[in-house]
Amino acid sequence: MSEVFRDAWLIARKDLAIEFRTRSAFLSALVFALLGIVIFYFAWDASAVSAIDLAPGVLWVIFTFSGMLGMHRSFGVEEPDRGIDGLLASPVARESIFLGKALANLVFVAAVQIVAIPAVALFYGLPLGPVALPLAGIALLAAIGLVSVGTLFSAMAVNTRLAELLLPMLSLPFFVPIVIPAAQATAKLMSGRPVGDAGAWLKLLLAFDLVFVVACTLAYPFTLEE
Amino acid sequence: MKPTPLSLAAVAAVLVTFVRAIFFTPLEATQGPAQKILYVHAPAAWVAFMAFGLVGLTSVLYLWLKEDRLDRVAESSAEVGVVFTTVVLITGPLWGKPIWGAYWTWDARLTLTLFLWFIYVAYIVLRGAIDDRAMRARYSAVLGILGALLIPFIHLSVYLFRTLHPQPILMKPSAPSLPGEMLTTLLLAFASFTLLYVALLRARYRYAVERDDAHPAEAYDA
Repeated sequence: MSEVFRDAWLIARKDLAIEFRTRSAFLSALVFALLGIVIFYFAWDASAVSAIDLAPGVLWVIFTFSGMLGMHRSFGVEEPDRGIDGLLASPVARESIFLGKALANLVFVAAVQIVAIPAVALFYGLPLGPVALPLAGIALLAAIGLVSVGTLFSAMAVNTRLAELLLPMLSLPFFVPIVIPAAQATAKLMSGRPVGDAGAWLKLLLAFDLVFVVACTLAYPFTLEE
Repeated sequence: MKPTPLSLAAVAAVLVTFVRAIFFTPLEATQGPAQKILYVHAPAAWVAFMAFGLVGLTSVLYLWLKEDRLDRVAESSAEVGVVFTTVVLITGPLWGKPIWGAYWTWDARLTLTLFLWFIYVAYIVLRGAIDDRAMRARYSAVLGILGALLIPFIHLSVYLFRTLHPQPILMKPSAPSLPGEMLTTLLLAFASFTLLYVALLRARYRYAVERDDAHPAEAYDA
């Protein structure tokens, strides 16, 4: 069992090394997130809707879409030189490949959010300080669910005729039970309520993570050539 | 495709249901004629859930047994299910406008039904985007299973918004809360819609068999 995780870590490091050297996806996801924050502001009447009502929704929509941008290329990067064949030929379990890819995506999503979440707070004038820690917890729970489903669908989408066009269509319905609880819990925190008030939402996120990390890891081998 | 005794019987049963619902079932006191849409809406929703349940079941079985027939049942049931979900999503607003005053509300059940529709439309699109038959079967089985796992989560997350939808009148712990004549019509509607589902499923399945026979183990357009 520990071998599965060790191999997964190796694969995640490989993906992160590629990303760290090129920084192509990170920069585009980051700029995308910042652009989204700005555009959203002008989509509402700022004098009618207060920033605190707007921010949680904006935050999680940006989170979902910028996360999806990174996952596009999670398996796409293996396609041009059939790198995936090399991975499959190497003596690692297929579950490790999935977990490694998902872990790299998790780090990617986290890295974008570390900039994007304070940016939302800055542009929308929110007091981030008191809620920073619980908000980071919610973001982590949401990100785990997001990358487990997104990584699996990215692996599937690259092999279809529609390629990345298919990814949003497949994954967005699955992000609904992530975005709703995350946005609701964030709204509770930002309006000064204690973390306990968001308990039901957090449990829902946690249950989603447990079910979909396991289901997606088990499902991944079925998406490979036999 | 020639009509089979089963499909003729199903169409006849649905026609009988409609005639009974329109002419021989009393008007509901407060809602008036709008209530009659229940006899289409509720059985269509029942069939949709049954159809998607079968997609989930056959998807699990496919990954286990790798039997082509199971994949064809899943494919057929998903398509028929989407048709019935579309009926639910059209009849619901038609009733909602006069009774609720709005075509659409973000009620838990409405939202869930809308997302069911999205999930299984994506399922059909996914099938259409893969040429290799075995790969298509595996991918759609994976989506069929994950989709079934997703349904309770969407339900829970949208349920915490206040629900406007009428509460169950048939499938609930206490006795059905519908007057006798209306209840008979509703039960008849459930039976005839189920029969229609089976007939459509069978017709769609036979189409899949003929298509697969015509193009053995090669690419084709689904």
